[in-house]
Amino acid sequence: MIVHSIFFYFFSVIAIFSSLMVITSRSTINSVFFLILDFISVGCLFIMVGAEFLGMILLIVYVGAVAVLFLFVVMMLNVAEQKQSWFIGKKSTHIPTGLIVSVLILLELLVVVGGWKYKEDLMSSSTLLLSEISNTHQLGLVMYTDYILYFQLAGIVLLLAMIGAILLTFRERVGVKKQSYLNQISRDPSNAVELIEVKSNQGVKVDD
Amino acid sequence: MTEIGLGHYLSLGAIIFFLGVIGIFLNRKNIIVILMSIELILLAVNINLISFSIFSGDILGQIFTMLILTVAAAEAAIGLAIIVVYYRNRGSIRVEDIHGMKG
Repeated sequence: MIVHSIFFYFFSVIAIFSSLMVITSRSTINSVFFLILDFISVGCLFIMVGAEFLGMILLIVYVGAVAVLFLFVVMMLNVAEQKQSWFIGKKSTHIPTGLIVSVLILLELLVVVGGWKYKEDLMSSSTLLLSEISNTHQLGLVMYTDYILYFQLAGIVLLLAMIGAILLTFRERVGVKKQSYLNQISRDPSNAVELIEVKSNQGVKVDD
Repeated sequence: MTEIGLGHYLSLGAIIFFLGVIGIFLNRKNIIVILMSIELILLAVNINLISFSIFSGDILGQIFTMLILTVAAAEAAIGLAIIVVYYRNRGSIRVEDIHGMKG
């Protein structure tokens, strides 16, 4: 039990600290770094407490997709400032923060294995789900049977979000050559091929 | 102190929720940080749902957490797309500069 509480305090202190840093840090890049650290800490807490599947989803989908999406947008929107402070500027503030955050993430990922091992302490103290089948198995047993409609609706929400994001950020570029399928397949020999009578010792002038 | 119960997890969720709300109000700099604060709030809600699910022995809370994760991801994608379009049109995403609706 003491082991579990040590792990809980470790992860929750890091989670609270990093969420404090998300809202107070000076540069937006640092905020995104700490958001990633926050997601990883809470994901480790989920794994530790016994919700392994959602912890892994938080680690993979949230850190791997959403937080990196934030990072991309932040880097895209103020490209000029970023370039100075990353490559040219003398005082680069992002690299130390990035190093600290990544070392903390490595530490947490090492520690969570121990926390997951001792989760039995917690389980015995509460009335728990059937513990002979794994968390993912349980989730699948309920989600794909009773809640299949909600699962499909979640898929539709994601599809709409994808269409909406593409539609919002799409812009027509001028001066770019594009392939037109309609023009390609509606060609016919009468206007595609031109027969020219060539006189000897003279060139052919093709107007273009 | 050493006995970790439901209350500890709920307190953690409450603190992160509080920090997210504070982040929305305090922020005068950058609208992306407001989106990140919304992500923090949704994370706190997920902590609450998962801890209730674990401590009451019901898997249902984890399914709701999964649906919340889906909606949060969709919201982040749409919000960031709107921010990109706004930046392209106006050239700034500072919170002070966004007063088109006189709010």
